[in-house]
Amino acid sequence: MLSRTAANLFWLTRYLERSETTARLLDLGFRNALLPNTGGGFRNEWSAILQSKGALQQFTEKYGELKQRNVESFLFFDLDNPSSVASCISSARENARIVRTALTSQVWDAINTSFQELKALSRRERSSLEVPELTDWTLRTSALIRGSIEATQLRNDGYRFMNLGYALERADNTARLLDVKYYVLLPSVAYIGSGLDNYQWTTLLRALSAHRAYNWAYGGELSAKQIAHFLILNPKFPRSLLSCTIEVNAHLDQLARIYDRSTPAQEAARAMLGELAEARIEDVFDEGLHEFLTRMITENAGLAKCIDDQYLIGEAR
Amino acid sequence: MILTVLHKTRYEFAAPVGGIIQSLRLTPAKSESQRVLDWSIDVPGAVLGTPLRDGAGDYVQTVSVRSPSAQIEVTVSGTVETTDTAGILRGHRERVPPRAYLRNTVRTEPNRAISDLVSEAMKAKDDAPALERAHLLAAAVAEAVAYKPGATSAHTTAAEAMTEGAGVCQDHAQVLIACAHLAGLPARYVAGYLNATEDGSPHEASHAWAEIHIEGLGWIGFDAANKCCPNEHYIRLGSGLDAQDAAPIRGLVLGGSEEELDVSVLVAPLGQSQQQ
Amino acid sequence: MAEPYFNEMYDAAGLRTPYQMLEGWHQNMPAEFRALKQAEAEDLFRRYGITFAVYGEGGDPDRLIPFDMFPRVFTSEEWRKLERGIKQRARALNAFLSDVYDRGEIIRAGRIPADLVYRNEAYEIAVAGFRPPLGVFSHIVGIDLVRTGADQFYVLEDNCRTPSGVSYMLENREVMMRMFPHLFQENRVAPVDGYARLLKRTLASVAPEKCDRDPKVVLLTPGHFNSAYYEHSFLADLMGIEMVEGQDLFVEGDFCYMRTTEGPQKVDVIYRRIDDAFLDPLCFRPDSALGVPGLMNVYRSGGVTICSAPGAGVADDKAIYTYVPEMVRFYLGEAPILENVPTWQCAKADDLKYVQEHIAELVIKEVHGSGGYGMLVGPKSDKATIEAFAAKLAANPSNYIAQPTLALSTCPTFVNEGIAPRHVDLRPYCLVGRDIELVPGGLTRVALTEGSLVVNSSQGGGVKDTWVIAEE
Repeated sequence: MLSRTAANLFWLTRYLERSETTARLLDLGFRNALLPNTGGGFRNEWSAILQSKGALQQFTEKYGELKQRNVESFLFFDLDNPSSVASCISSARENARIVRTALTSQVWDAINTSFQELKALSRRERSSLEVPELTDWTLRTSALIRGSIEATQLRNDGYRFMNLGYALERADNTARLLDVKYYVLLPSVAYIGSGLDNYQWTTLLRALSAHRAYNWAYGGELSAKQIAHFLILNPKFPRSLLSCTIEVNAHLDQLARIYDRSTPAQEAARAMLGELAEARIEDVFDEGLHEFLTRMITENAGLAKCIDDQYLIGEAR
Repeated sequence: MILTVLHKTRYEFAAPVGGIIQSLRLTPAKSESQRVLDWSIDVPGAVLGTPLRDGAGDYVQTVSVRSPSAQIEVTVSGTVETTDTAGILRGHRERVPPRAYLRNTVRTEPNRAISDLVSEAMKAKDDAPALERAHLLAAAVAEAVAYKPGATSAHTTAAEAMTEGAGVCQDHAQVLIACAHLAGLPARYVAGYLNATEDGSPHEASHAWAEIHIEGLGWIGFDAANKCCPNEHYIRLGSGLDAQDAAPIRGLVLGGSEEELDVSVLVAPLGQSQQQ
Repeated sequence: MAEPYFNEMYDAAGLRTPYQMLEGWHQNMPAEFRALKQAEAEDLFRRYGITFAVYGEGGDPDRLIPFDMFPRVFTSEEWRKLERGIKQRARALNAFLSDVYDRGEIIRAGRIPADLVYRNEAYEIAVAGFRPPLGVFSHIVGIDLVRTGADQFYVLEDNCRTPSGVSYMLENREVMMRMFPHLFQENRVAPVDGYARLLKRTLASVAPEKCDRDPKVVLLTPGHFNSAYYEHSFLADLMGIEMVEGQDLFVEGDFCYMRTTEGPQKVDVIYRRIDDAFLDPLCFRPDSALGVPGLMNVYRSGGVTICSAPGAGVADDKAIYTYVPEMVRFYLGEAPILENVPTWQCAKADDLKYVQEHIAELVIKEVHGSGGYGMLVGPKSDKATIEAFAAKLAANPSNYIAQPTLALSTCPTFVNEGIAPRHVDLRPYCLVGRDIELVPGGLTRVALTEGSLVVNSSQGGGVKDTWVIAEE
């Protein structure tokens, strides 16, 4: 397969996953803003969310004050914001358009339709659009596209690159979401274990569509440690770092089989899986959750770079 | 005369680059004026293509480096036996019809000053033999464009050099080509080497001149910069429509960064070459 | 009242044979049904993604090219003659290219002026003396034809570089077969869907001599912002070959490689859809980012074949066009089957004088223009337009040629009120490799505006399915 085609497929799914995460963040912020004002007049949820996307400065330059409507526009519609839902879906569609012939018509239809619907949404009166409608639309669209890929794409190398894109982006996004909650969202350590703290954990789980799953798995009690375990080390939760890394390994192994050739990318992925599979949540907290997450984000990016070098540049012999 | 050549081009990059790819026209082709005794092109870490002889009779070769490099050096060295043929290019095997060299490029497009120069030089000479007209044009160009290093750059066009009234061998060649075309004579740019000092002392020896096609005689070199025709001190590398088209090295840096270029060309009669 | 134009469906004697089966079809089609079908066709085209972006016009890049459902029909006798004429012309054009990049016998014989060839912008010095595999330079020859009578066809121009539009020929048929299957059951319409297979075979047949395996063929596109990008991906997909951009290829040593997920893979044949000037920044325009640095050296040393060959454009220049019948006689020793439109070269003083005196009756075109831009249709223009054009012509006569305004034939075309005659032309695509092939059909372009003679899609033209009735 042409390296550029593989790169387009890989980025197509990364953008799709990213649009979903942005929608989930928007949902998280929206739910937090519904919280009664228990934080001592403190209202930094939106700034924390923008910070997690590295977009606070860009936002302030463009909109100034942190008004909720503006943040909503910025995160959903603003094409100047590269990780807005609209930007991600447009980029995904552009990538898809370039590799049209590598996609089934169902997948193209799903992506193209989502793009047309997005255009229709952005033409609508903004005041008629509430956040839940926007986030629901994004999650539904995302599921539809992913479902079409699963149901119709040939299980060839292209399919593997699409799934690598999904899994690597998802691992990165989960780590960042968790990091926002733990490191950025709470005004100070004094709030740990407070009502505000618990409310924020709940909204995070809700934003990840994981609230009920968590209750079933951990018996309903909220604790930072258990939630971190759930989001990092639980192999049953599809967005956990471990689950994502298992996915990455599975698809890289398939690639090695298809091409009859193993590369440093498989090695790097196995090393990462080895660590996550062995890790205990105590180790994570010993290292420091933020430090651990930062390291995971870096390693995950390193793995993506390695996949790039080995497959997407086309010069590795 | 037997001339030795040592031509080094060194690229230094501010940050390592992904590599380079170049098309080299750096091997003299055989003719009655020159015969290669030995010749080599060396680029450490590079893959070299097989030299190919193009339609104009010049040797062209691809060279590429595809690994991160901070420095790349192209070294050409060899020995050539030369003969004075009064500037006439004889025994050079080529396939391009001379009339294809009547077209201008951006670099050889004439301006008013160039067409005035031609009218002046050709006054009452319309019936003169083509060879005489070519000599008159070369002399007029030498007169109109003073040799002055630094007055022009590698991208200067014939029109700009004419306006400036100064330039180097590249400008003389391009202005002469523009003039010859106006006079209806096919003309082209030639890049090569020149042994310019009798004692063999080191000097910058890259050179360029023009060739004008004279019916019945063939291509004849005119070095307006030195007011002469190429003799046994000249080595011819290749030709083209202008300086860019005939460049001995045309290349691209992959994933480029700031580059610094260091070129040294030494040409000397055998036995007189200096130690570097 | 007799029409001044040849009507391909109804002539003086009434309904013409090739259209007999279509008369009942359109007469019995209720208006609502027709509207429904038209909407269905548009939907199909949009679904396939066939859109046409016009360079420099802005607007909606996803604009559809209008499709007219009324097919244009040829009998097999009509087609046989066209086919012989087109193949003959394609052979002559290739013989000419082989010759002018070699010894130039036709010039030595004084049959074509040397300067017209050697001073032509499209004549590539870089390939002089080089003989591409099988001596073929132009592998896909698109010949634009117009008809003025039952048996009168003229060649309007030749396209030897990378003629576009063949995807419409294929998709128009596909859409017609889906919408009106019974028309194809009841009539013997010769299929065109073998085109992609023939194109692939043609391209593979000109692989370099050095290639000792099943040739790796790729299609080189300038990228997805190009107006013909859809066609590029459509053709690549039908042929089952990779569609690459310049950045996907690289040169090392004597070969050209494609960047793949399994590492570099050698490429043998490049069907390029980019212009010569952009092919190789080390040989042509140094600022081109669309090409492959070093490609021309690999090409000239026989490491890869480029289709069409760089420099092939010298054969389809509007100034050279006049001499194509001469080429047929000179190289093939045959009488030309297809006629040229009489052409005045404004570079010639006598011709210019005639053109200036008759400007209001003529069609005047730029020598290097295309797409229907920069041309004057005298009889259809107002005085001010003509005067403005006359000034341009006087300023630079050698940039123009002129032709009589041809009485282009018309075909029935669906309009609001039913059907009406509209002017059409035809572009068949001839493939030249080890064999010369022509699928029975082509692209019919139709000027949808009443009375208009300009069929270019960039100027409001549409397309039709083109049928050749297979022999009994």
